[in-house]
Amino acid sequence: MMDLNTIWFILIAVLYVGFFVLEGFDFGVGMLLPFLGKDDGERRVIINTIGPHWDGNEVWLLTAGGTTFAAFPNWYATLFSGFYLPLFLLLLALIVRGVAFEFRSKDDNPRWRNLWDWSIFAGSLVSALLLGVAFANLVRGVPIDAEMNYVGGFFNLLNLYALIGGIVTIMVFLLYGAIFLCMKTNGDVMQRSKETARRLWLPVVIGLVIFLIATYLSTDILTKLGVDPGVIPLAGMAAVLVAGYFIHSGRDGWAFAMLVITIAFALVTMFMILYPRVMVSSLSPDWSLTIYNASSSPYTLRTMTIIALIFVPVVMLYQGWSYWVFRRRIESKTEKLVY
Amino acid sequence: MDAIILARLQFAVTTIYHFFFVPLTLGLSVIVAIMETLYVGSGREFYKDMAKFWGKLFLINFALGVVTGIVMEFQFGMNWSEYSRFVGDIFGAPLAIEALLAFFLESTFLGVWIFGWEKLSKGMHAAAIWLVALGANISALWILIANSFMQEPVGFAIRNGRAEMTDFFALLLNPNVLVQFPHTVFAGFTTGAFFVMGISTYHLLKKKNLEIFRQSFQIAAIIGTIAIIMVALNGHGQAQEMVRSQPMKMAAAEALWETQNPASFSLLTIGDLAQRKDVFAIRVPRLLSLLAYNQLNGAVKGIHNLQAEYESKYGAGNYIPPVAVTYWSFRAMVGAGFLLLILALYALFNVMGGMFETRPRVLKFFTWAIALPYIANTSGWMMTELGRVPWVVYGLMKIEDAVSPTVSGGAVLTTLIGFTLIYAVLIVADVYLLVKYAKAGPGTPPPVDAEGEPTPSLEGIS
Repeated sequence: MMDLNTIWFILIAVLYVGFFVLEGFDFGVGMLLPFLGKDDGERRVIINTIGPHWDGNEVWLLTAGGTTFAAFPNWYATLFSGFYLPLFLLLLALIVRGVAFEFRSKDDNPRWRNLWDWSIFAGSLVSALLLGVAFANLVRGVPIDAEMNYVGGFFNLLNLYALIGGIVTIMVFLLYGAIFLCMKTNGDVMQRSKETARRLWLPVVIGLVIFLIATYLSTDILTKLGVDPGVIPLAGMAAVLVAGYFIHSGRDGWAFAMLVITIAFALVTMFMILYPRVMVSSLSPDWSLTIYNASSSPYTLRTMTIIALIFVPVVMLYQGWSYWVFRRRIESKTEKLVY
Repeated sequence: MDAIILARLQFAVTTIYHFFFVPLTLGLSVIVAIMETLYVGSGREFYKDMAKFWGKLFLINFALGVVTGIVMEFQFGMNWSEYSRFVGDIFGAPLAIEALLAFFLESTFLGVWIFGWEKLSKGMHAAAIWLVALGANISALWILIANSFMQEPVGFAIRNGRAEMTDFFALLLNPNVLVQFPHTVFAGFTTGAFFVMGISTYHLLKKKNLEIFRQSFQIAAIIGTIAIIMVALNGHGQAQEMVRSQPMKMAAAEALWETQNPASFSLLTIGDLAQRKDVFAIRVPRLLSLLAYNQLNGAVKGIHNLQAEYESKYGAGNYIPPVAVTYWSFRAMVGAGFLLLILALYALFNVMGGMFETRPRVLKFFTWAIALPYIANTSGWMMTELGRVPWVVYGLMKIEDAVSPTVSGGAVLTTLIGFTLIYAVLIVADVYLLVKYAKAGPGTPPPVDAEGEPTPSLEGIS
C-alpha cells in the first residue's frame, strides 16, 4: 500500500499534468491569435475555439496550488515566497489574459479590440515562459536553507537551463495550439494553422532534444532515472516524432493526441526526477523539501484524499462533457460568435 | 518601508478589491438563474431577454472577480509563508476544497452557459446558470470556513510547532461559520438585488423597455427584502458570537473602554485615542447588553480590562486593534444596512401596491443606492479583519510572526505597486463596460464608438 504522502505527490502531479495538457493549447491559441487572425472576424473565430474552456482549464492550476497548500504546506510556503517575482508576473499575465477574453468583444472600437488581443498574446506568452522556467528550476534545484527558506534572488531563477525550459514550453504550446486550431476552425484560419504546425514541428523537436540534453547536464536525472530514463520520457519523445507524420498527413486529431502524450509524459518525467523530493535544495541534499518533511499531518492527508478521490473524477466527467458539447468546428458567421 | 506593513497593505488592497466583485457575483448569479427559470417555465422570449441582459452585466463583473481571486489563492504563500507553514495543515484544506468543488463548477458551467444558448436544451441551459450560482456560493462557504478559523480557531492541536487539524467537522461547524456564511451570502443577494433595482429604475425613468424593468424590479425587490432582513438577523447573531469569541473586537467596535454592566450602545463617540478615553459620547443605555445577550443586563468587557486580561494570558504587548477604524467601519456597515432595509421595504410596498413610477424622485434614489451594499460589504470586512489585530489567527499567531521572512520590503513594494496599477486600469475598463451595457438596455446592441473612447493603456504592464 502506497503511503498517503506518495498518493498526494501523484495527485498533485496529475493536477499539473491536467493543467499543462488543457491550458497548454489555449496558451498556444492565445499566442497565435494576432498572427493567424488577419481581421476581426478571424480573431473572433480563434478566440471562440477556446472560449468555453480556458477558464475551466485555468482552474487546474488553482487547484494544484490549493492542494499543494493543503497537502504540503511547506512546499507551498517555500515555492510561493521563493519564486516571488516570477509568480507575481505570472499572476499579472493571467489577470490581463482572463479579463481580455471577456472584455475584447464588448466594444467595437478597433483600438480597444487590438489592445485586448495583444493582451491575450502577451498574457499567454508570459505565462508559458514563466511556467517553463518555474518547473525547470524545481528539478534543477534552487538555494534552500536549513529552515526551508529560499535564499536566492530573482536572477538565480533565470539560469540557462530554466530559460531553455521556458522557451521550449512556449514552442511546444505554440505547436499544440496550432494543431488545436486545425481541428476547430475552417477555411483560411485552418489553412494558416496547418502551415504553422508544419513549420513549427521541426524546431519543437530540436528544442525538446536540447532540453532533454540540458536536463541530463543540469539535473540529477542520471542518478534518479539512469542513462536509459525508461519508457515514459522515451515515449514522450517518440510521440512528438510521430506527431510530425500526422501533421504532414493532415490527421490533426491524431497529431493532437500525440502532443498530449508528449506534454503529459514530459511533466511526469519531471515529477519522477523530483520524487520523493518536492523542491531540490542546491545547497545541501539534506535541505531539500520532500513529501515527508513538507507534508501535512496524516489526518489532513487522509481527509483530503477522501475528498479528492470523490471529486476529481466528478470534475473530469463534467469538464469532459463540456468539451463534448462544443466539439464542432467554429463557424465563421459572426452572428454565431460570442466573444 | 517595513515588509510587514507593505504586505498588510497589499492584502488590504487585493482583498477589498476582490470583494468588490464577489458579492454581486453571489447575488446576481441567482437572480439571473431565477429569470432564466421563468423563461423555461413560461416559454416567453421576454424572460430570455431579461436573463440575457442581466447575464451580460453579470459576466463583466464576474471576469474581474475570478482573476483577482487567483491572487488571493497565491498570496498566502507569497507574502505570508510563516503563516502558511503554521496553519497550512488546517487552512490549506478548505482552500483546496474550494477550488475542487466550487471553482471548477462555476468556471466550467459558465463557459457552457455563455456559449451554449444554441447547443443545449432550455432546461439544461438554465441548469448551467444554477450550477454557476451554486459554485459561487459554495466557494463563499469554503473560504469563510477558512476565514472562520482565523476568527475562532477550532478542531486543532498544536503539534510539531504548528496547528494541526484534529477534527475536520469541527472546522466545518465552527460557530463562526454558522453566522458568517449566511451573513455574507445574504449580503451578496442584497448587493445583487439593489444592483438590479438601481439599473431598473434608471430605465423606468427613461421610459424604455418598461415591462422588462418593471418585472426585474419586482423580482429584485422581493429578493432584496428577504436578503436584507436575513443579513440583519444574522448580523445580530454574529455580534453575539463576537462578544463570546472575540470580545476585544466588540469592545473596539463600540469604543467601550471600561467594562459595563449593563452595557450601553454608542450612537456617536468622539474619543481621544492617545489618552484612550471618550471626549464626547451619546450612548443608549442597556442596548449593547441587549444586543449581546438578548437581555437588559450582562457585562460587556471594555478595552482596558481586556488588555490587562490578555497581557496576563499571552504576555506583554499591545492587544488593542485600531479602535477608530473598527468603530467607524462598524457604524458605516450598520448605517448602510439600515438604509438598505428601509429602501427594500419601500420598494416592496411599491411593488405590491402597484405604485410604480409615480414618484420619480424617489426612484432616482435607487440608482444611487447601488453604492450602499458596497459600502456595507467593504466596511463590514474592514471591521472583521482590522478588529482582529494584532492576531492573524485569534489567540494563536500574531501578524508580525506570519510574514515571509525572505521576501524583502522592496519586493513587496514592487508587487504592491504592480497590483494597484493594474487593478486601477481594470476597474476603469470594467465600470466603463458596466455603465455602457447597463444604459444600453436589453436586446439593442450598444452604440458603435469608432473614436474617442477611453481605452485604458496596458502597455508596459502586460
